[in-house]
Amino acid sequence: MTAGGLSFRRKAVNAFMLGLTGVFTVLAVGILFFVLGYLFVQGGFSLNWDFFTKLPVPVGEAGGGMANALLGSAKVLLLATSIGVPIGFLAGIYLAEYSGAAYASVIRFVTDLLNGVPSIVIGIFAYSIIVLKFGFSTLAGGVALGVMMIPIALRSTEEFLKSVPVSLREGAMALGATKSRTIATVVVPAAIRGLISGMMLNLARVAGETAPLLFTALGNQFWSPGWRQPTATLPSMIYEYAKAPYEDWHRQAWAAGFTLLALVLLVNITARSIISGGLSHKPR
Amino acid sequence: MATATFPQAARLSRRASLLRRALSGDSLAQLIVFLAATAILALTALLVWELWSHSGPSRAKFGWDFLRTSTWDPVAGEFGALPFIYGTVVTSLVALLIAIPFGVGAAIFLAELAPPKLSDAMTFLIELLAAVPSVIFGLIGIFVLVPMLTKIVPGLKDALGFLPVFAGPFYGVSLLSAGVVLSVMVAPFIISVSREVLLAVPRDLREAALALGATRWESTWDIVVPFARRGIMGSVFLALARALGETMAVTMVVGNTPKIAASLLAPGYSIAAVIANEFAEATSDIHISTLIELGLVLFGVTIVLNAAARLLILATGGKVSQ
Repeated sequence: MTAGGLSFRRKAVNAFMLGLTGVFTVLAVGILFFVLGYLFVQGGFSLNWDFFTKLPVPVGEAGGGMANALLGSAKVLLLATSIGVPIGFLAGIYLAEYSGAAYASVIRFVTDLLNGVPSIVIGIFAYSIIVLKFGFSTLAGGVALGVMMIPIALRSTEEFLKSVPVSLREGAMALGATKSRTIATVVVPAAIRGLISGMMLNLARVAGETAPLLFTALGNQFWSPGWRQPTATLPSMIYEYAKAPYEDWHRQAWAAGFTLLALVLLVNITARSIISGGLSHKPR
Repeated sequence: MATATFPQAARLSRRASLLRRALSGDSLAQLIVFLAATAILALTALLVWELWSHSGPSRAKFGWDFLRTSTWDPVAGEFGALPFIYGTVVTSLVALLIAIPFGVGAAIFLAELAPPKLSDAMTFLIELLAAVPSVIFGLIGIFVLVPMLTKIVPGLKDALGFLPVFAGPFYGVSLLSAGVVLSVMVAPFIISVSREVLLAVPRDLREAALALGATRWESTWDIVVPFARRGIMGSVFLALARALGETMAVTMVVGNTPKIAASLLAPGYSIAAVIANEFAEATSDIHISTLIELGLVLFGVTIVLNAAARLLILATGGKVSQ
């Protein structure tokens, strides 16, 4: 090692390790593009109009589609949203606007724990409170995903409401508005872009959930009228068709995977661009 | 002063304001949002209660032996959960072994080297990777990764076959395959949380190290990373909790064989996978009860890991991202 400069070894280690971190990053991003590319190629070729309009056909026949699974997923998600979003949203308002520090931290902690519970365990929960009483059904699947939506609905509502400047609240109150009126007409509208995109991200997250649906919504080869019967869903069809030993089912699994991934990523990208376009505060 | 002089008037006006607030729905609104928040506590308590009570028959019948014995034969009424616990732990450890160097390396690049715009763009892409549903990873696992590993593994066995972890025949589905799929799924969490923790390290530390003549790498590895180590540990715990509970991708590539094998190339099973496979078809009440007890075990372990992760990340001033 010379007095002035760095030794060759240290320079080499520096360049090598820094280069390696770059390679790791490129690989991580590369995997995303690989997954995307593979699904677009495989799924894109497998996709046809029948996929969206026809029912599954029995084993051995070629063709058919997953129209019932698409509708089933839509119904399960509708139910999940109407359970998870209101509870999470209202509780988020409580945490951001009303609660004292101690109770808030208890609720925040419990919510984080609930968020960390594996989805399959949430499935067991929905099984024991719904399936045991009402049987396998759209209802049970919706409850399972609804419970999963609560924690994120709460945390994103709380974050976005807290990012609204206090001066807006003070202004409204100075004009004589009550607290609830201030929240409803000033605070929530000011945060609306964030709130909506938060809900979109939440929906996209549970839309791909499969595990909790396996023994709540169960699955169905036909249409599922009403809310009290077993229903097919897109993710569980992917699972079922992928593990079956039939070539044509694999083709359909790719088509379903492509559809699901395209929807999930589209919603993700839209929601994230709404957030970054409209708010100075950018929660993660 | 008005209150002292005209107590009655004050009381009246207070009553009037109370009435006004009730009519405008202010207290009602507060009550509703309070109930919504409390409902979450109740729901979580109910979740714990349901898991506990429904696993009662299994806990009463098998006691701690449930977690210590390794014969799983629902038809004969024998339930030992050790193979599932083993498979869960092994696949998760393999996942971490791969994901930690990759994740921390990428986080270092994104936090320390990449220009902010590039870093944000890449983080965006990596967060999209985290949004890919697990069943999609399972699909890729079955049809792409398993065939790929079947090509690579013979070479691996030639080189390292003398090690017990690479012994025995390889059928494609295995603990190793599940670990690799899991590593791809959890790496985004390590990357995005570690990046935030690294970004929260004070600038002066880097400047001081550089001013003393350290190279960029030395300042990062010897100063910044040790400073952020608890947060990085937290991100690893989060990843571990996710890997342990991950169901679909593992079920699709692990082989679903309730045996304990030392070799990573052998098929195995995991707690979440056995619940997913057997729950809807379980015939006896005790079978359901044992599966729910497995759910309880999974719940307990992930709760502890998540709580630890959050404490660690908070301790280094990073923000938990999800």
